[in-house]
Amino acid sequence: MDILLSKISHSYDNLEVLRDVTLDIPSGKIVCIVGPSGCGKSTLLRLIGGLERPNSGEVLQIGQPPESSLNPLTYVFQDFALLPWRTVQGNISLVLEDHGIRGAKAQTIIDDVLARTKLTDFSQALPKQLSGGMKQRVAIARALAVNPAVMLMDEPLSALDSQTRELLIDDLIALWSKTPFTAVYVTHNLAEAVRLGHSIVVLSRRPGQIRETVTIDKPLGERRYADPDLEVQQQRLWNLMREEAIAADAELLNV
Amino acid sequence: MSKSPNSPKPRTVEFRGGGFAPVPYRWIGLLVFVVLIAIAEIGTRTGVISALTMPRPSDVFETFRQLYVTGLLWKHLIPSLTRLVIGATLGITVGIWVGIMIGLFSYVRAGLVPLVAAIFPIPKIALLPLFVIWFGIDEGSKYALIAFGTFTPTVVATYGAVDNVDRTLIRMGQSFGLSWTSIVRKIVLPGAMAGILSGLRISMAIAIILLVAAEMLGAEYGIGAYILEAGSLYDLERLFAGVVILSVLGVIVSAVISAIERKLLGWRV
Repeated sequence: MDILLSKISHSYDNLEVLRDVTLDIPSGKIVCIVGPSGCGKSTLLRLIGGLERPNSGEVLQIGQPPESSLNPLTYVFQDFALLPWRTVQGNISLVLEDHGIRGAKAQTIIDDVLARTKLTDFSQALPKQLSGGMKQRVAIARALAVNPAVMLMDEPLSALDSQTRELLIDDLIALWSKTPFTAVYVTHNLAEAVRLGHSIVVLSRRPGQIRETVTIDKPLGERRYADPDLEVQQQRLWNLMREEAIAADAELLNV
Repeated sequence: MSKSPNSPKPRTVEFRGGGFAPVPYRWIGLLVFVVLIAIAEIGTRTGVISALTMPRPSDVFETFRQLYVTGLLWKHLIPSLTRLVIGATLGITVGIWVGIMIGLFSYVRAGLVPLVAAIFPIPKIALLPLFVIWFGIDEGSKYALIAFGTFTPTVVATYGAVDNVDRTLIRMGQSFGLSWTSIVRKIVLPGAMAGILSGLRISMAIAIILLVAAEMLGAEYGIGAYILEAGSLYDLERLFAGVVILSVLGVIVSAVISAIERKLLGWRV
């Protein structure tokens, strides 16, 4: 299933956040969206998943999501959004219960996603007992449990320290290499973008417009930490964004 | 002192942290009770405290024992407990339900919050005559009084707790396509439980106060009636025995709520 954004514009009261964004999200690819703070990246993601309605333009699904997909558009949030009163297993079963999946059938799915995110030993732990990186892995496991057609990831690694971030990037690449998934990955971190993105969409400062789309052809599995090829791409992205970031920073001070 | 003024003697940095972190000391609470009772006992025995100002604790205990032996204790306690349980259950159940409705629906909030604010400060005991007309002179009016008294604090605590549920968790529920009832049952209610239970402590204390007030105004049996009777005869031993029963009741209610909190909110600690 592909997602097509067609001429999306959005504003909150009088504050225009997105202007005329047209974007194609092809199946099986990770599209990263980068941009200076306040450029409407997260808003765009909420529009794609139907948590908000755009003022104008449309978000279109092209093709049917696979039969086995319980929740075609599934989010991974920056702050994990785990229920603190449920165990790791309970947090995953939460999203299955509403689809009538309980008991042994649910257990099979839960065991599978916990194994894929290397959390098998922690199924009975409460979120407060887990580190930030593990919490985010639980959230990723929860997202995988509903077999999404498109994963919508809102700065999923921004609340983590840089070492944990590296580990999770490796985990995400491993997950994608095993079974490629479609994802929209919003981040302000260019290093993450060049590691994970098949294409990288650079948004301008508010109102967010697409400035440029950068495609990186190097396969995900071959990208490494401090990869010279990626450094070049990252530098290029930073050059694109630098002026925007400075302007956006100054703009926020004037609000 | 060192020889040169340019190389001052090193000294330890002064400690200025610490404190402001409550540490549980269980036995101190008990000790305070024991010491106060001991002072009263010794004071009354030696005559420093006259028997008119303060009954001797051992006499109060003896009165209490008599109450128990004669079976009068249960005769007073059982009607009181029945009134407390029925009245408080009614008030708290309806209160939690209304509080959740206010928390979830903007129209209900707009309609009911001013009403709740208007009835909250009314001393409910002032309405007892009205309840007597509405619900009858016997048990009905007492249930109504306690129910009404626990209702308002429960409503306020509950909708405040619902308002404080983390919105990102609700968005998460919506983003996974959870039904409205699932979101309320599995996210809003557990998230609001801490606030609801702390509201319950206040509601239950109010319930006990109203219970006694209602029984003082018209009841043959009950702790309130017992205290009123003792008070009008200036029988301080019996008065104190009654008051002790109320205190113990308060402690038990608080312990029960603590136990519920430990069970339901174990994930917080």
